[in-house]
Amino acid sequence: MPKKTVQLDRVIIRFAGDSGDGMQLTGDQFTSSTASFGNDLSTLPDFPAEIRAPAGTLPGVSAFQLHFADHDILTPGDAPNVLVAMNPAALKANLKDVPRGADLIINTDEFTSRNLTKVGYEQSPLDDNSLESYNVHPIGLTSLTIGALKEFDISKKEAERAKNMFALGLLSWLYDRQLEGTERFLNEKFGKKPEILAANLKALHAGWNYGETTEDFSVRYEVKPAKLNSGTYRNISGNLALSYGLIAASRQSGLPMFLGSYPITPASDILHELSKHKDFGIRTYQAEDEIAGIGAAIGASYGGAIGLTTTSGPGVALKSEAIGLAVALELPLVVIDVQRGGPSTGLPTKTEQADLLQAMFGRNGEAPVPIIAPRSPSDCFDAALEAVRIATKYRTPVFLLSDGYLANGQEPWLLPNVEDLPDLHVEFASEHNYTNEDGTTEFRPFIRDPETLARPWAIPGTPGLEHRIGGLEKADGTGHISYDPDNHDRMVRLRQAKIDGIANSIPNLEVDDPTGDADVLVIGWGSTYGPIGAASRLVRKNGGKVAQAHLRHLNPFPHNTGDVLHHYKRVIVPEMNLGQLALLLRGRFLVDAIGYNQVRGMPFKAEELKDVIEDVIASA
Amino acid sequence: MPDTSATVGTDLKLTAKDFKSDQEVRWCPGCGDYAILAAMQAFLPELNIPREDMVFVSGIGCSSRFPYYLTTYGMHSIHGRAPTIATGLAVSRPDLSVWVVTGDGDALSIGGNHLIHTLRRNVNLKILLFNNRIYGLTKGQYSPTSELGKITKSTPMGSLDYPFNPLSLALGAEATFVARTIDSDRKHLLDVMRAAATHEGTALVEIYQNCNIFNDGAFDIVKNPATKENALIPLVHGEPIIFGTDGSHCVIRDKQGGVEIVETALVDHDDILIHNAHAEDPATAFALSRLSDPQTLNNSPIGVFRSVERPSYDHLMSDQMAKANAKGPGDLSELIRGKDTWTVE
Repeated sequence: MPKKTVQLDRVIIRFAGDSGDGMQLTGDQFTSSTASFGNDLSTLPDFPAEIRAPAGTLPGVSAFQLHFADHDILTPGDAPNVLVAMNPAALKANLKDVPRGADLIINTDEFTSRNLTKVGYEQSPLDDNSLESYNVHPIGLTSLTIGALKEFDISKKEAERAKNMFALGLLSWLYDRQLEGTERFLNEKFGKKPEILAANLKALHAGWNYGETTEDFSVRYEVKPAKLNSGTYRNISGNLALSYGLIAASRQSGLPMFLGSYPITPASDILHELSKHKDFGIRTYQAEDEIAGIGAAIGASYGGAIGLTTTSGPGVALKSEAIGLAVALELPLVVIDVQRGGPSTGLPTKTEQADLLQAMFGRNGEAPVPIIAPRSPSDCFDAALEAVRIATKYRTPVFLLSDGYLANGQEPWLLPNVEDLPDLHVEFASEHNYTNEDGTTEFRPFIRDPETLARPWAIPGTPGLEHRIGGLEKADGTGHISYDPDNHDRMVRLRQAKIDGIANSIPNLEVDDPTGDADVLVIGWGSTYGPIGAASRLVRKNGGKVAQAHLRHLNPFPHNTGDVLHHYKRVIVPEMNLGQLALLLRGRFLVDAIGYNQVRGMPFKAEELKDVIEDVIASA
Repeated sequence: MPDTSATVGTDLKLTAKDFKSDQEVRWCPGCGDYAILAAMQAFLPELNIPREDMVFVSGIGCSSRFPYYLTTYGMHSIHGRAPTIATGLAVSRPDLSVWVVTGDGDALSIGGNHLIHTLRRNVNLKILLFNNRIYGLTKGQYSPTSELGKITKSTPMGSLDYPFNPLSLALGAEATFVARTIDSDRKHLLDVMRAAATHEGTALVEIYQNCNIFNDGAFDIVKNPATKENALIPLVHGEPIIFGTDGSHCVIRDKQGGVEIVETALVDHDDILIHNAHAEDPATAFALSRLSDPQTLNNSPIGVFRSVERPSYDHLMSDQMAKANAKGPGDLSELIRGKDTWTVE
């Protein structure tokens, strides 16, 4: 008898297991087939910094959460409807997030007394009724996999390792996902090891068949494709979108790109990706340290390339002096900070947005640097183009603040038409720009464009424009070394005015205030866009009125920012830090911003933010 | 990028005057840097490279003011980081002639890491290391090349750290070109510059340079006419290594596989070591670099220690770029689509 199918509008699945269990891969594959199916989706990988923490322990648990729906969604979801727990540690670490009534798919083979003791279970939770309010599916995933692979000429260990494919097959059956994508992936991955390939394919199908046969699962679920805007979509992570955005910026500017970088979590994937695309004129250089990475990028910018460096907070700390040099040299430079938990080494694989003030102020002297931040994984593409636009047009270093959640999280991306991308061409200086009283002409490297206040970009190899620049204060116009007090005061103000003037080239801050009469504004920046948006929807669904605004440009702020803030009785600023944007808004606009702050290494939950907003509405 | 090919092969007829900038030179009167600057300005026309295709990058320190006094492109950057900036420039613009001007503090202390990695990569850079064995710009603290026990403002009872031998360091860091010369010996300085300028890859030239304010006389032993003949060991590729008044001393292999100094009269002429700057194995060059006394600099070899061929980093990167572009430039539209898309009507 065919099993019953239940329609759902959205589902949140969390795969959790040991670091070596292949949970990220399983999650990625399930995500791919979900994207191909046409659901809207959002993902949250959550893994430890250790490559292989001791097996079976709580610190070794690696998880991947996927939220997919038949409508547009903004976050990876608060609470899983289904938890796949590959061992006791995975169950223990994740159960607190799982609401009662949810499905637990548990690999019983790993619930040995040794594994239970490792994580502090005195008795197996499978036997003590502690899980009675959940819908528990105890399955011997390991033994079923080994059993299914008996006929193959592989070791027991190799057979065991295919258990994630068994789990993926089962979940694919449960939610009606196609297996073709995963089959294609396995063919590519194990093409040279036919026996391993065959075993993994067999495990995948065995999992599917198990779902179909066993009486444990009486229903299947179906989540219809989402009605998204028309066009062609792909699934994309923030780091990949950022890499593509940089490549696009190189193409749109007609300038070669040079990345100087030192590996650091969670930014290394940008270096990996860009290193594959030399056919787009991208040079990548793995330097001996963070400082050498940015130094080389500055050298390349001086030579007429788009100099770029990618890092995370600890790397920014090391690069600070060089960023100051780029401020003084007034050369284009893009500094990408994929933020992670801090201070110091902090939480390398967890997300946070606590580098805002470091980007804003973390240099000696008055050294203003523009800052922009993407708000979702796919938005990293557009943010990269914007960072390059500002850097090259205004001849300044620019900070792009991504974070660990954006970097590794995935969502569907409506592909842009490359013909519609912005034109980023800028002119190099080619001739003298100053006429002396005697009629002779010369080149002065610090005569500014009256509109942008940018100085000429005069690259080596250009005859007649030979000049010297450096970190010492320069005389306005000539660029000669100058210790004159008035000149220094003027140059400090000119550099600030140049950065402030970028506001003339950016759009006003948009506010989403559907009824137009909300008293409360929620304003954020970066990756909190999803949770704030989802929370605002929940508030409105309950009949509450709330306005939402989200800043892409954090320095300078859009011209209307003050007006927007002062229009509302209350302003809430949720941030994954202790109130850094709130401090800037208070300082700049004298607004009594209310911070809502968490630094748990995880994105906000929409439900929780909803409560915060409703409390403020009630008090307004 | 500007096309500079038109100038290749024609005599640009540049002179030393063409390389003198209008900036007032602000080193202390009597500083050894003046002699190096004058020699450089006299030498650069020889290269027959247009001024716009030359870039001098420096770090921080007295020597690092050098770019301001030339009429080429130049950048006075931050302490110790000049090799990083020069690397990015040279790698992305292989058409340029890129020089780094640095000192013993800049290159060996704060910038030590960058120096060794630049050398092993063999980026097409010429590094001029002005070694005065002291911190001049910060007014007289000991440097990583100061002799042990040096009494300075920061070490009133004498410095405690053992000095670097810059050339031993460079040879250990896989350098392909290593040389030493002296600020006051213009002919030797020009010969070494010439050899460095034509080297493919990173060339490190240590220049003994007198700081007459904070470390005056540090190199007297190798400069004073009365002592220099016996204190300096000139290295000439293909020639036996003989030095001292009337060739009194020479260098031979010792029984441990290193080298030693002996009286010429006491050895068979055939046993005298013939200098081979092109030897693949840097062991002999290293052994020669160890002859100089770390305290007094007595028995300092000068000349080109090592000059071997190895493809430069920028050359190798250009090859990879060409290989990747063999099938034409990438298609952005195709790239961003990837392999797995779906369409919503």
